[in-house]
Amino acid sequence: MNVLVCVKRVPTTGGRITLTPDEQDIDTRFSGWTVSPHEECAVEEAVRLVEVRGGSSTVLTLGPAAAEEQLRDALAVGVDEAVLLETDGSEWDPQETAAAIAGAVSSLEAERGPFDLLLFGNEAADTADHQVGIRVAHALGRPCAAGAKALELRDGTAVVRREAPGGGWEVLEAPMPAVVTVKEGINLPRYPSVPGRIRAKKKEIRRLAPERAGARLRKRRLVLPPEREQRAEVLGHGPEAAPKVVEVLRGLGLVP
Amino acid sequence: MAPRRPRRWWRSCAAWGSCPDAEVPGVILAYVDHREGAPDDASLEALTLGRGLAEPTGRPLEALVVGGAGRAAAQVLGAHGASVVHVVEGGGLDGPYAPEAWGAALAEAIRASGPALVLAPGTDRGHEVLAHAAAALDLPMAANCVRIEPGEPTVVLRQRWGGTLLEEAEVDAPSVLCTVALHAVPAEPAGAPVGPEVRPFSPAIPEEAFRTRVVGRVEPDRRGVSLAEAKVVVGGGRGVGGPEGFRVLEELAELLGGAVGCSRVVTSAGWRPHADQIGQTGTRIAPDLYIACGISGATQHMVGARGAKRLLVINKDPEAPIVSHADWVVVGDLHEVLPAVVAAVREALR
Repeated sequence: MNVLVCVKRVPTTGGRITLTPDEQDIDTRFSGWTVSPHEECAVEEAVRLVEVRGGSSTVLTLGPAAAEEQLRDALAVGVDEAVLLETDGSEWDPQETAAAIAGAVSSLEAERGPFDLLLFGNEAADTADHQVGIRVAHALGRPCAAGAKALELRDGTAVVRREAPGGGWEVLEAPMPAVVTVKEGINLPRYPSVPGRIRAKKKEIRRLAPERAGARLRKRRLVLPPEREQRAEVLGHGPEAAPKVVEVLRGLGLVP
Repeated sequence: MAPRRPRRWWRSCAAWGSCPDAEVPGVILAYVDHREGAPDDASLEALTLGRGLAEPTGRPLEALVVGGAGRAAAQVLGAHGASVVHVVEGGGLDGPYAPEAWGAALAEAIRASGPALVLAPGTDRGHEVLAHAAAALDLPMAANCVRIEPGEPTVVLRQRWGGTLLEEAEVDAPSVLCTVALHAVPAEPAGAPVGPEVRPFSPAIPEEAFRTRVVGRVEPDRRGVSLAEAKVVVGGGRGVGGPEGFRVLEELAELLGGAVGCSRVVTSAGWRPHADQIGQTGTRIAPDLYIACGISGATQHMVGARGAKRLLVINKDPEAPIVSHADWVVVGDLHEVLPAVVAAVREALR
């Protein structure tokens, strides 16, 4: 069982987002970096699949040299190998990103044999393009099952359970080798152990130079949406505020 | 779908009618998702946005549904301004949802008529179908657009970070593919509804495109109040302290006929199941009242809570980011405040 999982380095956003003066990026001077929540779960899923079935897992990202940090995070929770498609840090559009990943998958597979599964997050936390996994599947001629909240492998088929439109679940099947994009909730990602962190630090990261096709979806600038002017009414401090809360509930018709 | 005139799709620079030999101003084509012929709200929102672009310029607005059952949607789509409804049917397309095949069918429709703009709803399925079509045609796709300005190039305003941030971007393509962010515009019927022409379209889709398909469906559990539909939501964050701490939130939710939700910190710690998460990667709630307890208000959470009409915050920290979104605040430890609120509500209900 060989699994590749793709992640994207994104800033950890707290309560407020501020922009750089040129409006091209989020101001990250005071924030850290992470991967999208869906991808954290994709990494966990890759590790679990290999734990149960043997084989190996590989994590791949397209991003600046600093994205090594996100690769090491994945190595720390048990991924075996890491590949960095190193860029200058500027943003690649989803088409370019998918083309570069598909190219890298092809060359990795030529060396080491095919991946049974390529895992992605359903969409990235920042750009939410909803398409990189699907485009990679097309480029490689593989099927894609998106939005997995549960994944089972049966006789060479990936069986995915996902949210159905209008509520409930739908079950989707895709013959392997396949691309599966996952959503948070598919599993509960583990925390890295200290030995895991130490092991991850020592591992070698493979660096490849991706070729850039030229963006056709081009960012001009980022804009913060106008903030709703909201001045909260302070109902009180501590348990003494309870009667005021009941008044609010009464005003909304929730209590008689 | 009959080609409007015999030309190759990529030559339809007719886009936006700006090229001199354009006979037909660029069509706006909206992919509409439906269940047994009932279009979903998000698709009608996308159609409404498309109408806003079509009406002032005289561009035709057309809709496309997959599956013969979609014919039943024609009247509603006409009422929302579609002059033509393309019904994709036959060859497996009437069967269960197969993302790649549906995307291929949409791609064939785009090839056949070279629309200037293709819209899809900003739902999981809308994104999926359009992404498959975009991949098949090797065209760019802009997801979660809230505004589209046709031109050369077309400029879109689209959501990032679940709508906490917007991006102005230009799209370089003969047919511009966009999903429309949920609730970017309200779905509204047209002032002058049209009785649409229904055109069957049966593209040849390779068998291989059906290899990924829906093989089963589990209906939603209708017992209890679902988080997404609850009129009152009581949410807890890190401040709740652990799984046991949620008992008092459950008590309050039950008294008010509501549901309990939580922040991502809580599900990541395993205190509550992921299904209870309110947020960008969880459930988007839309209650009349959201009572947020011990939640700081990270953007990840606020994206999911944005649909709440009123927000009551219980938090120790009056400077927490969530307070800037609140209607009412109780400053204090939720472990002291909530039991008092529960007691007072019980008293009021007695």
